[in-house]
Amino acid sequence: MTQTLPMAGAAAPTNTAGLTRKDYQGSPSTLCQGCGHNSIASQIVAACYEMNLVPEKILKFSGIGCSSKSPTYFLNRSFGFNGLHGRMPSVATGALFADASMHGIGVSGDGDTASIGMGQFKHVVRRNVDMVYIVENNGVYGLTKGQFSATAEVGLELKKQGTNQYMPIDICMESIASNATFVARSFAGDPKQVKELLKAAIAHNGIAVLDIISPCVTFNNQDNAYHSYAWGKDHEAPLHELSFIPARDEIMIEDIEPGAELEVELHDGSVVKLKKLGNDYNPTHRWEALKMLEEAQRENQLVTGLIYVEPAKSSFTDTYNLVDMPLNRLTEADLRPAHETIKMVNEMMF
Amino acid sequence: MNQKIVNEFSITVGTVNGSGSSTANNTILRAIFKMGIPVSGKNLFPSNIQGQPTWYTIRVNKDGFLGRDESQHIVVAINPASFARDLESVAPGGAFFYADDIKQPVTRTDITAYAMPIKQLIRAQAEVPSNLRDLVGNMVYVGILAQMIGIDLEKIHAALDFHFKHREKPTMMNFNTVKAGVDWARANLTKADPFFLEPMNKTDGMIMADGNTAAALGAIYGGVQFAAWYPITPATSLAESLNDYLPILRKREDGKHTYAVVQAEDELAALGMSIGAGWGGLRAMTSTSGPGLSLMTEFAGLAYYAEVPVVIWDVQRIGPSTGLPTRTSQGDLTFTAHIGHGDSHSVILLPGDVFECFEFGWKALDLAERLQTPIFVLSDLDMGMNQWMSKPFEYPNTPMDRGKVLTEKDIEGLKGNWGRYLDKDGDGIPYRTLPGNQHPMSAYFTRGTGHDEYAKYTEEAHIFHRVMERLKLKHETAKEYVPAPIVRETRGAEVGILAFGSTESAVEEARAQLAADGLKSSMMRVRAIPFNKTVEKFIQKYEQVIVVEMNRDGQMHQLLCMDFPALAPKLKSVAFQDGLPASAKWIREGILKFAKPAKSSPKGKKKVAVKKTSAKKGAKK
Repeated sequence: MTQTLPMAGAAAPTNTAGLTRKDYQGSPSTLCQGCGHNSIASQIVAACYEMNLVPEKILKFSGIGCSSKSPTYFLNRSFGFNGLHGRMPSVATGALFADASMHGIGVSGDGDTASIGMGQFKHVVRRNVDMVYIVENNGVYGLTKGQFSATAEVGLELKKQGTNQYMPIDICMESIASNATFVARSFAGDPKQVKELLKAAIAHNGIAVLDIISPCVTFNNQDNAYHSYAWGKDHEAPLHELSFIPARDEIMIEDIEPGAELEVELHDGSVVKLKKLGNDYNPTHRWEALKMLEEAQRENQLVTGLIYVEPAKSSFTDTYNLVDMPLNRLTEADLRPAHETIKMVNEMMF
Repeated sequence: MNQKIVNEFSITVGTVNGSGSSTANNTILRAIFKMGIPVSGKNLFPSNIQGQPTWYTIRVNKDGFLGRDESQHIVVAINPASFARDLESVAPGGAFFYADDIKQPVTRTDITAYAMPIKQLIRAQAEVPSNLRDLVGNMVYVGILAQMIGIDLEKIHAALDFHFKHREKPTMMNFNTVKAGVDWARANLTKADPFFLEPMNKTDGMIMADGNTAAALGAIYGGVQFAAWYPITPATSLAESLNDYLPILRKREDGKHTYAVVQAEDELAALGMSIGAGWGGLRAMTSTSGPGLSLMTEFAGLAYYAEVPVVIWDVQRIGPSTGLPTRTSQGDLTFTAHIGHGDSHSVILLPGDVFECFEFGWKALDLAERLQTPIFVLSDLDMGMNQWMSKPFEYPNTPMDRGKVLTEKDIEGLKGNWGRYLDKDGDGIPYRTLPGNQHPMSAYFTRGTGHDEYAKYTEEAHIFHRVMERLKLKHETAKEYVPAPIVRETRGAEVGILAFGSTESAVEEARAQLAADGLKSSMMRVRAIPFNKTVEKFIQKYEQVIVVEMNRDGQMHQLLCMDFPALAPKLKSVAFQDGLPASAKWIREGILKFAKPAKSSPKGKKKVAVKKTSAKKGAKK
């Protein structure tokens, strides 16, 4: 259809979808100043703009918590559903059947995913639902004022809470254990990497888990805390330098400098280029990925980058062999069996 | 032999669950049905896969009263573990058929006992492989019973042919075993009991189906596009029927699908997915029972407040908690009526039979989209899992109602000026857009948190108040849309009976018995909540209205008292629950606590005075 788009400022550059960056923005954030989640929200805006996605083709989902408030702060022109604590995956799973051509972006937190929502998280991963699943991971509950979350490191000391006694849950390990087809870890303090990973995650056909360490400046940003800006900056160990090349973008491919170590082609023909940094790392082996995560834990490193990808798999909705027309555009003629069938049905009874 | 009793008795088979007896029992039921005799069959089974006692009770009734009969006229005992109890259960003058390998004494002399050499006869059936002997062996008692009470063999063949999906080999193997039973009984038994079947024409044009299958078929005719579910007795077969019939009824030439059925990881996810799909514009549903509904509570509250269309079937079983998973109940009514935290009012449909399970199957999907709210359909185990005689299912007589949905063109026409929760029409029902709408002004953000008419976050006190008041108005509007009650008025009736759901047949039987005793009553079967004007008028019309239901606390009675406080003193509760399907006996006895037949006392006026006293007592409570 032809649509009247809101007038863009004369000078504002547009992408190939004819949209300006503004068309991807959300409402002003009400999160704390300096919250990692705000930085991730801006990278979602940037990634969608640069990928020339139409906001009307994106669905936003979230559960409950600081992280889950953030879908209001990006993509105002996209439909969004802020559901229940830990239950974002099920709502997204059902909604994505409505129009399988849409991109799903879910935002969750470490409490929403690794505690109350662990069951739904594991199952949305297992089903390979075609969506980006972002965990804005800061190790604490913010809205209830600073309790430990299940990803908090053992021994973490917080003013009111004392010392954390329990071993942390590793979102990436859990994802791989549940047969995720795309697993990455990043750091809100590394916006460029966040953006490139987001693009690859959106292009991926299936579940793409992004565990993004996103410091809570109010409750858990002490220099020695695993989820702090300072610790992250000191201990980040990127696996590779990563760039996303959209499908059929020949100029970009020619522009890539030689020396790129590995290319991973995604379902839609786009490519993730992984430039070697230090050791070789191939993100297509589950066992290697688990081993690397285990080593990173022992060596006290924040390993970031594309940890595991399995591009060939078909997504959850693919397996249902749905009609080409979005299901939510079907009408009575498509959905109600013909009048003469009722006789057959009655005969099928006894 | 006493006087012949024709087409008016019950048969109970006591067997071991998982032993294949359900095929035999269904065969008896279907054959009697095909003989034109009104019949019902109820499986009274334990929560177990194999090895526990289970009973199947068949009621034959020429007058069409098919509720459970508490008297057991013919008992077939196959299970040594329940032999003594089965023997005890036979009504005086009844018949007792038992497997002769059970070496237990038949101690009663007031009944007719027939020993059946089941093991011996099945061993003689050369075509039955040894691994199938136990299963097929059940057909021996079918044959013996057929010979002794007069079940038409041709109809038995038809029932087997249907059961085995027209495959000749299993049909004939089972049928030949039935015949072996017939031949043996003819040669060896002498009829000494009074029970006979004689063909009638009272089932002509009718079908036989269970409520769960009917519900699934109804949903398919309602254009269901998405169903997520989690296995739970007694609702499982509803979702499984969707899987059985969708591929047949929604088959397309290109082989592609217009629907998806997802087995979720739990009931929370099942409703979550269905809500996601309903929000996305799909006709979405889930099916569960009480424990599952408990888990769905938070999501149900969200869907009420966020105004998401979705259909939730609750095939009720006994609770609380696990309760009795295989026993029937009407115990989820008050729980469902206000499910969710904070203020909420549910729209509930109450099908009364298999035919209505089909009808409400498609109507619920219309109502969900029209009212933009969860629609609960409360069936129960008795209706859902047992085979019932029914009028044939009828094709929907109205086009699909997709409710108030704005397309790209509509939004363009409104120049983008619309509000998701804005009451434009004064009926409390707002307009919605569907994800995938490509107009840049179409999107909105759905949230359980406070929102204004434009779906924007707000904690403003007066706006929250306004939103909640509009939801209340919408519930009022729902009264115009939900199925009206069925009313059967009797001229000169002294009392009104109000019931709902699967108890109808038993209630009607109790009413007929009471009428014969001289107590005339009118009947209303409520089919939906919120209650509409007709319900109120019915209560106003009678001096007392007795609310009959299958739960402990009189939940329908409670809801009626809440909705019509001024009429509450007139409302009396007959509530009973033990896990078994309703029987006319307890209903009749319950009604008699409040109203006495005029005929039993020569002075009718005196009786009225007694009635008033009891009404006062009720009011004081």
